[in-house]
Amino acid sequence: MSEYLLEMKGICKSFPGVKALDHVNLNLHPHSVHALMGENGAGKSTLMKCLFGIYKKDEGTIIYEGEEVNINNPLDALQRGIAIVNQELQPVPERSIAENIYIGRYPTKKIGPISVVDHKAMREGAKRVLDDLGIDFDVDAKLGSLTISQQQLVEICKACVYDAKIIILDEPTSSLTSQEVSKLFEIINKLRDKGCGIIYISHKMDEILKISDEVTIMRDGQYVGTWPTEGLTIDFIIKNEVGREMTNMYPPKTNTPGEVVLKVENYTSPFAYSFKDCSFELKRGEILGVAGLVGAQRTELMEAIYGLRSKTSGKLTLNGEEISIEKPIDAMNNGFALLTEDRRGSGIFGVLSIKDNVSIASLSDYLKYRFVLNGKAINEVVEKSIASLSIKCPSSKELIQNLSGGNQQKVIISRWLAKEPDILIMDEPTRGIDVGAKYEIYSIISRLANEGKCIIMISSEMPELIGVANRIMVMCEGKISGFVEGDDMNQEKIMDLATKFMQGGLDDEK
Amino acid sequence: MMKNKNWSQWLLDNAVIILILCSAVVVGFMRPNFFSVANLKNLISNASIRFVIALGISGVLIMKNNDLSAGRQVGFASCIAATLLQRADYSAKVYPNLPEMNMWLVLIIIMIGFAIVFGTINAIVVAKFHVPAFIGTYGMQTVVYGICLVFTGANPIGGLVQEYKDLCSGSLFNIQILSNLGVIAAIVGVVFWFLYNHTPYGKKMYAVGGNSSAAEVAGINIFKMTLTSYMIASACFALAGFMLGGKSGGTAASMGEGYELFAIAGCTIGGVSVNGGTGKVSGVLIGVLVFEVLKIELQFLGVDVAYTYIVQGIVIVFAIALDIRKYIRKK
Repeated sequence: MSEYLLEMKGICKSFPGVKALDHVNLNLHPHSVHALMGENGAGKSTLMKCLFGIYKKDEGTIIYEGEEVNINNPLDALQRGIAIVNQELQPVPERSIAENIYIGRYPTKKIGPISVVDHKAMREGAKRVLDDLGIDFDVDAKLGSLTISQQQLVEICKACVYDAKIIILDEPTSSLTSQEVSKLFEIINKLRDKGCGIIYISHKMDEILKISDEVTIMRDGQYVGTWPTEGLTIDFIIKNEVGREMTNMYPPKTNTPGEVVLKVENYTSPFAYSFKDCSFELKRGEILGVAGLVGAQRTELMEAIYGLRSKTSGKLTLNGEEISIEKPIDAMNNGFALLTEDRRGSGIFGVLSIKDNVSIASLSDYLKYRFVLNGKAINEVVEKSIASLSIKCPSSKELIQNLSGGNQQKVIISRWLAKEPDILIMDEPTRGIDVGAKYEIYSIISRLANEGKCIIMISSEMPELIGVANRIMVMCEGKISGFVEGDDMNQEKIMDLATKFMQGGLDDEK
Repeated sequence: MMKNKNWSQWLLDNAVIILILCSAVVVGFMRPNFFSVANLKNLISNASIRFVIALGISGVLIMKNNDLSAGRQVGFASCIAATLLQRADYSAKVYPNLPEMNMWLVLIIIMIGFAIVFGTINAIVVAKFHVPAFIGTYGMQTVVYGICLVFTGANPIGGLVQEYKDLCSGSLFNIQILSNLGVIAAIVGVVFWFLYNHTPYGKKMYAVGGNSSAAEVAGINIFKMTLTSYMIASACFALAGFMLGGKSGGTAASMGEGYELFAIAGCTIGGVSVNGGTGKVSGVLIGVLVFEVLKIELQFLGVDVAYTYIVQGIVIVFAIALDIRKYIRKK
């Protein structure tokens, strides 16, 4: 048997008009975590889909456990012991954890001539897998009662039930807090000890350096190289991903906050577990970062300020005058804009064009004869946005769903910039976006702050907040636990504040 | 090679239209009367009524809702219109003391009345009580039919004033092909095309249907949009009922049964997705024509009514399967 668990050699895959994979190699050792890196569109997911049998490769060979194999479909892959845990979970929230783990291949027993689901075996099997990985969940609980991160662990259990030898983790930590990430890493280590080969796809450099044994980098569908992780630096990885030197992760902070523009006082949610008694101030030209763990109610607070969620108390003072925001339209009329956390769920209109996506919030500004849309004015604004934010697209008529995440995000930013807002709330603006596009988004944020706009930026990535924000507000369990600025802006301080009101650890969460 | 591919792609994209045109040519050869002016006019008049209904439903569909009460609303509207427009000397007049009314006034009254009553109730049930549109409007379908039976006493209504019948069977400038109903439908079509493509209202409809959470964030009032879309739809159904009653020369409570599903199927063939957010007026027109042309073809070929049902059913499924390929995202 060869030294490798899996060898992918010279894999090619073309789609009409694009060569998505051009002779890509990937060699995976058993007992190892192999990081697969590259910007969005580099072909990582396509490569994994070829491995998993979702796409048919055009050229190249896959050697699995020393034998050349042809994997035709996902079921085939699973039966051979290759499992994938996706960016987007595909769980059935209304069914139990045990059923989700065994989804599609429930253990059966015979009652006379008919086979029925063996619930006992299913529950015991699920319990065994959970115990193996040191996860303490009730297998009968509905999956939907778990947090997203816990659901992700269940997905990994699913892979284990197949006795998977190769587990592909595609951006597993994009919605996890740092504690949850360490929990995940413990489990990954257990899997590695069992002899699994793990392919780990992520944009997060610190995680890659921490967990992986080897790193393979891809760029524009091509294989760049493979290195042992030991001795690699973030700069080196980024350079190879982007194909050019990236001297700075963040643009310089050139904005200077001015006078107080917005005062938020005593915002409290009607729900006991949600935000309570939150007060803060926002200055002109300031970038206010908002840090906190998942569940700190950052999004909920901002959406309440924007009028999307209800509140029992709370006062807003804008430029010295008290205002009332009950609905999003009130917020918009007062110069607020909200870039939501869930880009696909509440940001883009997938089936509509870029043009419609940009203009939808400001249609009333482009009227002629009072109710007819002025197509020419809209086109001008849209073309200007495409140029000024360098949105990569064939034309403004292209459907937004065909763009990459970073470009979709820029389209939504354009939508709000067209309204010329004074206060821009951005919730996780760089989630799922590759390094190059992230830098562009930071630059846009910085430019807006320099123009005197006020920015609130929620992010779960502390380095990003530290790199971009002037001041960071930290939330914990629905309360504001403190502010850091200047030299105090470091990860330890923020973590301290983010866990200030917490009793017990993560395991108590459920 | 590339050109070749475009050519076959074009054929596939327009397969439904091409097939229907080809079949028309074939039937035309077999039955020369098929291409007569009278038949064409008949086709246009029939299609016009269906087109108006389908346009009403298209707005609701674009908003990712549905309206199963369409057909019954059409029937009820035709009954009200017919009752108000009976000849003074007609022996079986429902309200013998009712003076003769202006038919345009009647039309406006039923359009506004339907929009306010049925449109509003449908919208409240769907958008305020969050009853799934499919069920909520099904309830409305049943209720409207019941009301209509009470209203008519289950009797057919005839003896319409000549003016009304002339309007619905005549032609503009006495040019046969310009059937009055066709002209009305064309006007409605242009109004909808304008609404969908050149007004903020239209853009917002597509936005709400495409992603209602994002629409909410963008400051769009979802309830107001739902309300107006159902009101516009009900006004269309009332108009269609008016047209249908006059064209048939009389009506009954059973009129309009099942029209909503033909309208929804027509919309779907024309690319109005029941998943919301997509659809064009031209598509709706094509979808409606597919059915009407097919129906007349089968009549001309003398196919037994029982068989026409079988053929129509197959065509609905087949046409949608063929056409939906354009809209399914390619993997």
